[in-house]
Amino acid sequence: MTGIGTNGVSGTGASVTLSSLEKTYDRANAAKAVDGVSLDIRSGEFLTMLGPSGSGKTTTLMMIAGFETPTAGDIAIDGKSVVAMPPYRRNIGMVFQNYALFPHLTVEENVGFPLKQRGVPKAERAKLVAEALELVHLPGYGARYPRQLSGGQQQRVAVARAVVFKPRLLLMDEPLGALDKQLRENLQLEMRRLHADLGITFIYVTHDQEEALTMSDRIAVMNDGKVAQVGSPEDLYDRPDNRFVAGFIGESNFLPAVVRGVENDMVVAEYEGTLIRALCPGKTASGQTVMLTTRPERLRFADGTWTGSEGQHNRLRVTVTEAVFAGERCRYMLQAGNGTSIVLKEPSSAAIRRRAVGERAEIAWSVADTILV
Amino acid sequence: MRLASLLPATVVGLILFFLAFPIVVVAIVSFSSATYLTFPPPAFGLRWYEAYFSNPDWLKPTWVSIWVACAVVVLATFLGTLAALGVARLPKALRVVAAGLILSPLIVPGIVVAIGIYYAYSRYGLVGTPIAMVLAHTCLAVPFVVTSVTASLSGIDPRLEQAALSLGATPGATFFQVTLPLIQPGVLVGALFAFITSFDELIVALFISGTGAVTLPRRMWDDLRFHIDPTIAAVSTLTIVLTAALMGAAHLLRKRAERTRMVTSSAAA
Repeated sequence: MTGIGTNGVSGTGASVTLSSLEKTYDRANAAKAVDGVSLDIRSGEFLTMLGPSGSGKTTTLMMIAGFETPTAGDIAIDGKSVVAMPPYRRNIGMVFQNYALFPHLTVEENVGFPLKQRGVPKAERAKLVAEALELVHLPGYGARYPRQLSGGQQQRVAVARAVVFKPRLLLMDEPLGALDKQLRENLQLEMRRLHADLGITFIYVTHDQEEALTMSDRIAVMNDGKVAQVGSPEDLYDRPDNRFVAGFIGESNFLPAVVRGVENDMVVAEYEGTLIRALCPGKTASGQTVMLTTRPERLRFADGTWTGSEGQHNRLRVTVTEAVFAGERCRYMLQAGNGTSIVLKEPSSAAIRRRAVGERAEIAWSVADTILV
Repeated sequence: MRLASLLPATVVGLILFFLAFPIVVVAIVSFSSATYLTFPPPAFGLRWYEAYFSNPDWLKPTWVSIWVACAVVVLATFLGTLAALGVARLPKALRVVAAGLILSPLIVPGIVVAIGIYYAYSRYGLVGTPIAMVLAHTCLAVPFVVTSVTASLSGIDPRLEQAALSLGATPGATFFQVTLPLIQPGVLVGALFAFITSFDELIVALFISGTGAVTLPRRMWDDLRFHIDPTIAAVSTLTIVLTAALMGAAHLLRKRAERTRMVTSSAAA
């Protein structure tokens, strides 16, 4: 293989540094689409920017690609600022949401397009195109036009086209958004494989949290133009930094409570007369009103077969207000003292007694699964 | 009940008859063997076509019209395509103003345009030259090209140009390898309309063709005024056939463009 676009550092990914990146579209309107984003994306990392629409994730990606100019801040690739560099010189692969395949060119011409721009001779081009199509499992599709392919196949062609010139950085803007669920799951695995095979840096934008959790090394959760939290999927799920992350990734229960004591990284807070212990990543003080969060699948009914140890668990008295059997699990809607709704998910088993609506019960969950946000 | 369902068909039939009947009459008369205009013709023959093809008084204006129309096609297509590309990149408020100005030759009454052009061109001694005809017709044809190319452009996903840039194509390469091939049907349709606009144009020609650049419609006008024989019917029929063929070609190109657009939008869905 040739070293097209490898900048002499073959086989490794580019590192990307975003420093206090800002984008304001309209000077009269003070709202910032991207508001002070700083991120260090490591060489060879699969980083996902996850957030609701309007959170600034796509704008950030477009600035890295060079289609938007930052209002303030800097973008450095391998330590060199690229802000002043036009997109066609950045040597970054990009896969667009709707694939953006050229409808007037065949698959082969589409994939060969970036090579043609780089003056790669025809014979070499044909060889590289064939390799790229092989990589995305579409050998022999070269002579077809994009309109003759299914959505999933078009998506693969778009990926082949974006990596055929061996960029060290690949940007993807919701590349699976237009596909049905089954296909999306297959392609998620394929993206991971591709990332492992190529060893280059991936920056992936999606609003689908499941997709982000499945594929990424790290996730940057975006909200209102800011990074709400950066971390591994486990970090974000188990130790959300703030209420937005806890609510956006997975399902969360929230209990408003008043802090009664702080010891080391643990906090004791009072909810409706019940003391609840929680992990506290930030600083807090006695008397402060805080929000405690926990995941529905980490709650259990604390009677009968429950075998947890008292010292490491929180307990709360609740009333069952809704019970739904959903095959692999049962989903209960519970109500605590002052009307706070709590969701509990229990793996279903014929051996576990189902709770009836109106029944009073006690639930328990691990202190390690209780986070102050 | 039956009458109600027949009514629309009858109305449409009458309208079509009303529109097409004069053309049909002209076509029939052109094959007449009579020496004067009469309908129905006493017998049929090709003598008026022979008269047309053997008379330099008819052939010369025909060539003038063809040459002028071809020059207009080149100029108007080039300028109109550039204008459409430029207008598409303007901020919205300016775009409306620019589009209005470009379309103004279609909105201003033809006679007003013709008088304006006459005075402007006579100042520079252009009246009666083929160049004047080309320039004036280009002004009239550009709006058609702009309209047609703008329609093509609006069907193109802007991400295609971004994709080309991200793949290393310079803005120039992006235009020639991506944008231009995609708007090509619109450009060709615009070119056909430019040809027809120039080839059929009479009012401006009456004012500025003088004696040095007599076009076919102008010649037909003069013929009708001074002496009249069925040659005019033969010329008219030929003109109608040519125009219809070009319109048909434009229609086919539009069809093809729609197919390409369908592909782009189905990928976006």
